[in-house]
Amino acid sequence: MNMEIDERGNIVLISVVEERLDAHNSTDLKTRLLSLFEDGKNNMVINLEGVRFVDSSGLGALVSGFKNASARNGNLKLAGLQPQVQSMFELTRLHRVFEIFPNSEDAIASFQP
Amino acid sequence: MSERIELDITLPKETRYLGLVGQIGESMARSLKRFTGDREELAYHINLVLTEAMANAIQHASEPSSTEVRITITLVQHKLTIKVYDQGQGFDLSNLAPPDAGSMVEHGRGLFIIRTIMDRVTYRKFKYGHVLEMEKTLH
Repeated sequence: MNMEIDERGNIVLISVVEERLDAHNSTDLKTRLLSLFEDGKNNMVINLEGVRFVDSSGLGALVSGFKNASARNGNLKLAGLQPQVQSMFELTRLHRVFEIFPNSEDAIASFQP
Repeated sequence: MSERIELDITLPKETRYLGLVGQIGESMARSLKRFTGDREELAYHINLVLTEAMANAIQHASEPSSTEVRITITLVQHKLTIKVYDQGQGFDLSNLAPPDAGSMVEHGRGLFIIRTIMDRVTYRKFKYGHVLEMEKTLH
């Protein structure tokens, strides 16, 4: 999976550069997140503005990341959801779980005390 | 004038082809002559149902020795039927409870999503395995 990783202080911005986040590539995202957690990172922003399709596996990878961040007293926030992707979170009620921001800069700013 | 579309697709049992089958579904949704609803939403939903059903057949319902997944998409008048065939031992659809709303489980949303989008979902045995059959009336 193509993704760009940018460290902003103690926050890691991960931009998914794929049109689809599905059962074919979601394991890559999950694995990359796990390795970041192992490196001691626990505050993440996932930028999904380039993603126009998410399936249940993609949602599962994001839930996995959220649970790991929470377990480490960190957080995983989402940014830039396209309308159809946003509707997937509403369908599964996961929009009540994640903090979702219009863009990654707003999501990063939300971590500041 | 009636509208009848029948697609019969056989693909290798690999997740790299999920995007292809999803694109076929999206293109079909955009081509429909009589559909008057939200075409982009329908395109996403058909893409999603095909992706979830094929991923399910690859990951949970196939014998390791099987190499292909067969999918048929049929539209007759307003009735859309999608069938996904597998050669596996099958699973009990009624035992697959959907995750609670907003639940933090990582798996188990695929069939919940299919059931939410489609009007009728059945899973039954056929000669060489099982078929997941999903129907939806389009308006």
